[in-house]
Amino acid sequence: MINALSLLTQAAYAEASDGGFSAPSIDEFYPQVIAFQGTWFELDRIMLIRLLVMTALIVLFWLWSSKFKKSYKNNILVPSRFQLMGEISLNFVRKNIAHEQLGEKDGERFLPLLTTIFFLILGMNITGIIPFLNIAGTSRIGLPVVLAAVAYVTFIYAGVRKHRMKFFTANLFPAGVPKAFYVLVTPIEFLSTFILRPVTLALRLTMNMIAGHLLLVLCFSATQFFFFNAEGFFKLFGAGTFVFGFAFTVFEILVSFLQAYVFTLLTTVYIQLALADEH
Amino acid sequence: MISSIIVAAAEGEAKNPLLPAIYDIVWSSVVFAILLVFFWFKVLPNFKKNLDARTEAIEGRLAAAEKAQAEAAAKTANIEAEQAAARADASQIRDEARAEAAVIGVEIKEAAQAEAARLIASAKAQIEAETQAALVSLRAEVGSLAVDLASSVVGESLKNDKLAANVVDSFLAELETKKK
Repeated sequence: MINALSLLTQAAYAEASDGGFSAPSIDEFYPQVIAFQGTWFELDRIMLIRLLVMTALIVLFWLWSSKFKKSYKNNILVPSRFQLMGEISLNFVRKNIAHEQLGEKDGERFLPLLTTIFFLILGMNITGIIPFLNIAGTSRIGLPVVLAAVAYVTFIYAGVRKHRMKFFTANLFPAGVPKAFYVLVTPIEFLSTFILRPVTLALRLTMNMIAGHLLLVLCFSATQFFFFNAEGFFKLFGAGTFVFGFAFTVFEILVSFLQAYVFTLLTTVYIQLALADEH
Repeated sequence: MISSIIVAAAEGEAKNPLLPAIYDIVWSSVVFAILLVFFWFKVLPNFKKNLDARTEAIEGRLAAAEKAQAEAAAKTANIEAEQAAARADASQIRDEARAEAAVIGVEIKEAAQAEAARLIASAKAQIEAETQAALVSLRAEVGSLAVDLASSVVGESLKNDKLAANVVDSFLAELETKKK
């Protein structure tokens, strides 16, 4: 094993002209610019993937939406299998996330945002394992940052709307703490509530996607190297790395879903905490 | 070892994955905004209307089913009441018939008894009359026979009819009192 790895390292350093092992690097996430270079609308592969995912989501949900429309216009009570899939997907966010955390009233208020966040992240994550796309739209930090900012603004809005300025004072000066401790507690609360929440939201998602992508690239480019560039016995290692690559691909499906769920759930929890009467 | 590979390959790179480029933010915002509007004003309203319509329809149908069930129950209750009434009628008629039959039976019995009593009475009366007649004729005959016998024994002396008749009558009266 160690031998095989040192072989990889040597090949990586050598960057042989005969297509030796190319180790994954952060460059993976900065593909060639395709259009509008230097403008605010610069397009590269990842931006195109994002637009593609957006289009796919719109097409899919448009189909579901028109099914729903047909259903209630013609009073069809039994949904088709396709329509049921849409209902289950949307109900997952509605019931299991929004209603469960926020209750029905507030859940419905924030449902458009939560639904968008969930399906956007899920769609962007899943491209990491879709052949020919092979990179997650969320693996560039811009999208997670935008979504985290939206979550941040939303939970502050929810809190201020309900509690006015008391939202900030209640958060920064928690009740039941001796006044002297505020010297210590208030900076910690400020940091955890108003700084770490959005930062962790964005970083968790991005880093999961980056790590997942690097793992897959590592596994499959090592497989490529062992099969076609290594000599004799070392070719066998290719089978091992391929199995790993396959396993991580399956794992990435889980991670895609899980990260979308975690991001949406945490956003909901932050809103719920902001709305809660007890601070 | 693996990390050394990555580090080795990434050496000399200036890209920082934590700092978003402006166009990255721009495209992310565009995608997010479009999807937010799409979900907010297109998908979710239809989705909710669909669910509401279904809930409403199911509730409506449940109510209709309940109503039909209630109607059926009412109908059954009606039928049962009618049956009970019919049964009560029948038993009443039966009771009346039985009572009437009893009355008629009693009447018939009484009539029969009366008839029997009448027959017995008339038979008794007839027997009485015949006995009387027999007695009268017997008395007459016995009288004349005794007179005949006595006249033949006593002779002419007793040919005085009036006397003879007195003797016979007193004899017979004596006989009757003895008999009684």
